[in-house]
Amino acid sequence: MKCCCLSLGGRWLLMLLLATHTTGFVYAQSPADASFSGAVGALCNAAFDEKNKIVEQIVQSGHPSAQATLTALLEDRLYCRNQDQKVFLIKPAAEDSPTLSLIDPLTLTDAGSVSSDDVTRIITNNHLRRVLQTILARFELTSSKASVRLQAVKNIERDLNESNIQLLRERSDVETSSKVKKEIAVGLGLASLDSSDARERLKAISMLEGSMRQDVLNRLQALVEKSPEGTFVENDEHVRKAAEKAIQSIESRRSFYSGIQTVLFGLSLGSVLVLIAIGLGITFGVMGVINMAHGELMMLGAYSTYVVQLLMPSYIGSSVLVAVPVAFMVSGVMGILIERTIIRFLYGRPLETLLATFGVSLVLQQLVRTIFTALNREVKTPDWMSGTLQLNEALAITYNRLYILIFTLIVFTALLLVLKKTRTGLEIRAVAQNRAMAKSMGIRSEWVDAITFGLGSGIAGIAGVALSQVTNVNANLGQSYIIDAFLVVVFGGVGSLWGAMVAGLVMGVVDQLLQPYAGAVLAKIFVLIALILFIQVRPRGLFPATGRAAESQ
Amino acid sequence: MTLSVVITILNLLVPESSALHVSRYGLTLVGKYLCYAMLALAVDLIWGYCGILSLGHAAFFSLGGYAIGMYLMREIGPRGVYGDPVLPDFMVFLNWKSLPWFWHGFNHFAFALLMVVVAPGAMAWIFGWFAFRSRVTGVYFSIITQALTYALMLAFFRNDMGFGGNNGFTDFKDILGFNLDSDRTRVVLLVITAVMLGASYVACRAIICSRAGRVLRAIRDAETRTRFLGYRVESFKLWVFVFSAVLAGIAGALYVPQIGIINPSEFSPINSIEVVIWVAVGGRGTLYGAIAGAILVNYAKTYFTSSIPEVWNYALGALFVLVTLFLPRGVVGLLFLAARKRVGKPRKDIETFVVPVETPEPTSE
Repeated sequence: MKCCCLSLGGRWLLMLLLATHTTGFVYAQSPADASFSGAVGALCNAAFDEKNKIVEQIVQSGHPSAQATLTALLEDRLYCRNQDQKVFLIKPAAEDSPTLSLIDPLTLTDAGSVSSDDVTRIITNNHLRRVLQTILARFELTSSKASVRLQAVKNIERDLNESNIQLLRERSDVETSSKVKKEIAVGLGLASLDSSDARERLKAISMLEGSMRQDVLNRLQALVEKSPEGTFVENDEHVRKAAEKAIQSIESRRSFYSGIQTVLFGLSLGSVLVLIAIGLGITFGVMGVINMAHGELMMLGAYSTYVVQLLMPSYIGSSVLVAVPVAFMVSGVMGILIERTIIRFLYGRPLETLLATFGVSLVLQQLVRTIFTALNREVKTPDWMSGTLQLNEALAITYNRLYILIFTLIVFTALLLVLKKTRTGLEIRAVAQNRAMAKSMGIRSEWVDAITFGLGSGIAGIAGVALSQVTNVNANLGQSYIIDAFLVVVFGGVGSLWGAMVAGLVMGVVDQLLQPYAGAVLAKIFVLIALILFIQVRPRGLFPATGRAAESQ
Repeated sequence: MTLSVVITILNLLVPESSALHVSRYGLTLVGKYLCYAMLALAVDLIWGYCGILSLGHAAFFSLGGYAIGMYLMREIGPRGVYGDPVLPDFMVFLNWKSLPWFWHGFNHFAFALLMVVVAPGAMAWIFGWFAFRSRVTGVYFSIITQALTYALMLAFFRNDMGFGGNNGFTDFKDILGFNLDSDRTRVVLLVITAVMLGASYVACRAIICSRAGRVLRAIRDAETRTRFLGYRVESFKLWVFVFSAVLAGIAGALYVPQIGIINPSEFSPINSIEVVIWVAVGGRGTLYGAIAGAILVNYAKTYFTSSIPEVWNYALGALFVLVTLFLPRGVVGLLFLAARKRVGKPRKDIETFVVPVETPEPTSE
């Protein structure tokens, strides 16, 4: 209790001291102020190499607004007033407007506003910017946020001079975050690689072994290379051996993670196919109808997303979520319309349905061209879907790919639930298995047909929403995916949702695995040839329909 | 035939000032229609008479076209932009040093003609052998033929394939020493096309009227039953498929010198589907119906795309829907229906052409 009181009193005292100190700052010019404002003022007419020295002086002054001023200089927000050659910061937001609101560098308080013609920007060059970055990184190294500190360490690594190394060492002792600590170790390791002591270099290699970064790998590889004269750059054999071992370990881990990344990318690519194929699978498998207009229903879904975004421009973040039911409704209703007006007259004649729905697809394409023109329409990606999830140095996946994968799983599960757990689903399955028997049980098979087709088309619309996030939205959107989707359905087994799922993911992953060796186009051709051959072996796909339903197909 | 003779006379003998003179453009157009008619004939032979719906016949058409295109490219010789005596322009452009192995021999016209037949034929044989042997039928067959032409399109778009990438072959100079730019050569090509169309019509009719033709129709109407009767369904299908592919290849080979260009977009799946609609419009299962359909639809296409282009896709789409819904036997079927009404009694030959609209597909496995 006593102790607590003491510390409380101590804190009060400290705050009091601080308060007087800062007020003194504002009202009277301390020596630090003098050297700081002198240095800042000199920036106005300095040449680039003089600016370097001035920046160093600003740092040395230890002034509290030094960081803000230097940040402003780096971000091109430090200006010189023409009339009296005084230096001011300007507020970040006001950069494009004709008037700039000024901030006094000494006190960091508002200093009125001025027309942009009356001030001159203090310009920087590449060298100066690099110097500024490391200097600011040193400021940021003491930040309370671990992510800021991590970035600061990375910035410092670009310029490993004696003082910076010292700084990293000091930070390493007090650092609490393990991530930052690891990064510091890499930085120190990189620094000690240049040491003249072989034991230091060995130690450095062991420190670097845990990293997977490309620049670390390059540095290590430089160690084992021979110079043009035929001698090794690194003269100590032990160090070379250790470096080789480290390179191997880093490379194997890197290739492992890049393998995982390829698979993940393939899965997300395949999940797009799955999304398209399950809709197609319902109409193709359950109803025996080949819907060539499926791609165009998908295109309608993508355009629905575009229209929804037009209608709610200030809510882009949620627009995609709103677009999902809208696209489902638009494509679903269009699907029912097609079924009622055309397809129901063609049941039992698959080849004719194919041709008629192809005609529908042409009309829909042209309709979209007439309404929205033939140009690409830009569908915005909401903030929460853009960016990359960096899992470690060698493994990153973009958020939109990840979300599409998750979204596909959700749609797939929902569809399975609808088909297995609801009365409509039961009726759909009944009609698919035995139409005559279902009819005699009192199921209105005509109505079920329309619903089934609407459901398949609606899912095409949903797939369109997902596609609008990864590809260009134009009238040809459907065509570019429809052949792949048909192959997925045939590969997986007609009428099998699980088949479509497995087949789509496998096709996506195989495509991605082949790409580094064969290139994008050849990989696609190989997949197509492999599928054509696969159909020879298993004409009914991976998961063929079994039982009585299969016999009538 | 008569048409081409009339066109020839109108082009060569009637002076240019006359209203009856057929321009170069018209000549090319008629040549194009006749080539398309031959392609339609090929599709109708397998779809109308054997029930095989191929959505990849444009692939065979293009293969034939590429084969003759390779000859025409070699024939340019040193007259190309880069003036290389052996390498075609695009190879010089890609910095290739020597001719790829598959380009050898194409400086001989006879070899090119052989390849016009062999390339699509072999492709169809390999593909068909795999497909028919494992009894891929109906819609499945249609989809994998579509995948075939799609894969070929992607392949031919690649520069590394050695077929000129997405530019394909163009700027042809002459064929067998005759200048392709002269009206006389064009007219001769047109006449050859017309003769070949006539010959392929006769050949198709001969096949249909033969005993094998009856087996084909039996396969179309009841494949399993035909198999049970002891016929080797696979080999019948395979040979008619290969024959049809060769026919398509020849059509392509006649097409390229007249149009003057071949590029990978000819492989695109939509082209194949369009062929099917020509046949459907004209009348599936009647050979002259296929020819009439090809000419009719393409004439409409030329007319619409030049006068009101945005309407063409609507019209084509509507054509697909309306023909399948209301005209399952095409225009020819409609004419016969009208004829039957007028005459009052069924003509004997109608029955042999009329296709059962509903093809019951009995269980095959």
